[in-house]
Amino acid sequence: MTNDLAMNRRRVLVGALGMTAAAALTAIAARPAAATPETAKQLLQTLAKGEPKEGRVTLKAPEIAENGNAVPVTVSVESPMTDKDHVKALHIVADGNPNPGVASFFFTPLAGKCEVQLRVRMAQTQKIVCVAEMSDGTLWSAAREVKVTIGGCGG
Amino acid sequence: MADDIKPRIRVPQNPKKGDVLEIKTLITHPMESGQRKDTQGNTIPRRIVNAMAVTYNGKPVFSGKLEPAISANPYLSFFVKVEESGTLAFEWKDDDGSVYTAEQKITLA
Repeated sequence: MTNDLAMNRRRVLVGALGMTAAAALTAIAARPAAATPETAKQLLQTLAKGEPKEGRVTLKAPEIAENGNAVPVTVSVESPMTDKDHVKALHIVADGNPNPGVASFFFTPLAGKCEVQLRVRMAQTQKIVCVAEMSDGTLWSAAREVKVTIGGCGG
Repeated sequence: MADDIKPRIRVPQNPKKGDVLEIKTLITHPMESGQRKDTQGNTIPRRIVNAMAVTYNGKPVFSGKLEPAISANPYLSFFVKVEESGTLAFEWKDDDGSVYTAEQKITLA
């Protein structure tokens, strides 16, 4: 009788342990594969091939973002925006979200000025990197780290 | 609520020839990232605005390719140099195939 009870208790305990282990496993499996600085770099290489130089791109973002759901980001590129010399594309990536891509923008000389403002979701403190592709084929980049207090990817 | 998708556009008042105008756009859209789960633990399917394009008098000015990392109700601002009066035409593309459009007339002083 006592033996039986002990067995039951053990079984219950083992069962409970197994359940938590299984839950922990599914939690790990369910967590999306996060982007890393490497994957962000790889993505940038597929978007704009080549080694970007630093400069010409200005990236404005808050140093500390309280709400990762909407972080205001302004990117501007120094360029006369003429037919001969303008910004063709602007790629933005972030290295701490589930996926590294944020957005790509394409400009024509009609824009007159290369500046774009957007709001970005950020899951955690991370670095945003912008690469501008000019009409002469050169690449320019800027990067900035944003500290995020409350992540904005839900879950 | 989710289907109440409305674009909003703001342009500066009284533009003159040769001005570089800041155009502010916003479209109400959930931008469901495809990462979130509902109360039953099922993944909510991704549904975002994945592209946006702007033309002025039919000529392309600005376009963008958006990823789930863009906030809900995507806000975008950019610039247009106006040499003549005309119409700015905006177009947003949804993952589900819908296309939302808007137009804004610009009359130079």
